[in-house]
Amino acid sequence: MTPPRLHPLGDAALLCELPAPATLAQQQKIWALAREARQWPAVHEVLPGMNNLTLLFDPLQVDAAELEIQVLAAWPQLDAAAVDGRTVEIPVAYGGEHGPDLGEVAAHTGLTPAEVVRRHSAGEYVVYLLGFLPGFAFMGGLAPELATPRRAEPRTAVPARSVGIGGAQTGIYPLVSPGGWQLIGRTRLTLFDPTAEEPTLLRAGDRVRFVVESVELP
Amino acid sequence: MIVVLKPGMLASVQDLGRHGHRERGICPGGALDALGLTLANRLVGNADGAAGLELTLGACEFRFETDTRIALAGDDFDARLDGLPLRPGWSTPVAAGQRLVLGGANASAAGKKGVRSWLAVAGGIDVAPVLGSRSTDLKAGFGGHQGRALKKGDRLPLGPSPLDAAQRARRAFGVRTPAWTLEGQADLGDAIALRVMPGPECEQFTATSVAALWREPWRLTPQSNRMGSRLEGPVLARRRAGDMLSSGVVPGTVQVPPSGQPIVLMGDAQTTGGYPRIGVVIRADLWKLAQAPLGGTLRLLKSDAAEATQAWAAQQRYLAQVAQGLAASGWPTARPRPG
Repeated sequence: MTPPRLHPLGDAALLCELPAPATLAQQQKIWALAREARQWPAVHEVLPGMNNLTLLFDPLQVDAAELEIQVLAAWPQLDAAAVDGRTVEIPVAYGGEHGPDLGEVAAHTGLTPAEVVRRHSAGEYVVYLLGFLPGFAFMGGLAPELATPRRAEPRTAVPARSVGIGGAQTGIYPLVSPGGWQLIGRTRLTLFDPTAEEPTLLRAGDRVRFVVESVELP
Repeated sequence: MIVVLKPGMLASVQDLGRHGHRERGICPGGALDALGLTLANRLVGNADGAAGLELTLGACEFRFETDTRIALAGDDFDARLDGLPLRPGWSTPVAAGQRLVLGGANASAAGKKGVRSWLAVAGGIDVAPVLGSRSTDLKAGFGGHQGRALKKGDRLPLGPSPLDAAQRARRAFGVRTPAWTLEGQADLGDAIALRVMPGPECEQFTATSVAALWREPWRLTPQSNRMGSRLEGPVLARRRAGDMLSSGVVPGTVQVPPSGQPIVLMGDAQTTGGYPRIGVVIRADLWKLAQAPLGGTLRLLKSDAAEATQAWAAQQRYLAQVAQGLAASGWPTARPRPG
């Protein structure tokens, strides 16, 4: 795999970016680089993106050029398979008041609402990164036929724990937030608890399964 | 204890930020002017990481219920402690019962308008730390005082004062505040100069757009907030449109949404973004952006890592000089920022 393109992101961060298109294999290398760079004394934070990684460093301890050399030297040694996420099962109440857009997704995809639920809960998803909100997971693995455009009018307040589809992605809103995704259900699990030792339910690298807890067909 | 009598437009508890949790989507937050809060903390004998209050556009009022000492950074909004002026960069004794009042947006000294102020109190605002910080995450609703902006009637506890009785009661004194102007940039008039390093997507923009970025004045619009400072000026265009994959952002990142009008991300911005990053404001100049007046003019000067590191080192020297001066006069020495 080709080494990442490196570019400074200001005076205290370095972007390491793999070429498009994004793949899971590339993302596994990103996680492996993140795990490695966490051990470097001058790097105080790592921030995975979609097929990229931002390293936050102290330029008084290491200059950007040295850090670039460190990344490129580490790159061929990284064992992408070593980053093994957990499998997290997420119970979902599909449809009804919890998933007011289930009918909309069915209409757009040409599937019955029951089939949308079946296919959504049959998939295995991978958390590529967390971003947007605390604990919000960008996941890959949505069946392509379930892709549905965002709502023309975003909601001003999506309820916390709503499960939605936005374009070719699926995700869960950890908090009440404005949002334009089509809501198909809701989980009872807490995605973000700042007082917990592990503040987010999900971490990059985790595999996610949605488990049907109940279905209310439109 | 401090009682909030009037919070103004937006007052919140902030320290130097919540670090180490970006990979969970948790933004660093913290005082947008970390330099200002650090200075104010040192002036009252606090550790740099003590929590203070970030105030927006003045028009606020507080009552102290304890004998203590306070310092203000940023714009003073004609701040008065029981009628007597309190200038930024001054350390002032306060007796229980005294009131601090900041005037409205028109109260700033002529020719000097700001947008935010930072108030430090001896002992710091003693709310419970969450994920290693006392900063308020306004978007996610945790940290600080009950995870929200301050409201009338809120009572804020103070930590143990680092000052003894004699130090607390010492006559008011001040230090030189950070310099706004850059050497050799006198030709910028009233504009605030920010040094900016080219960002990872700078080369995706047309040559005309990049030239305009460095040459044209930019207006700071009133739609700015703790998430981002929105700038208005020439439309910045990419050579060709196209989606970007989610990628990390830091405070100071200048991202350009499809409107072509740049947004400089601030402490409460989300941790990853999907808009091209044309530049990044160097860390040493972020405090100016945090204080810059709404409607004011900014100039973005092309910079590089070497200049940024020098500017950062110069800022650390300034803080070290302040610390030395304070230590020489028997003031508790500022301890390094925790973490």
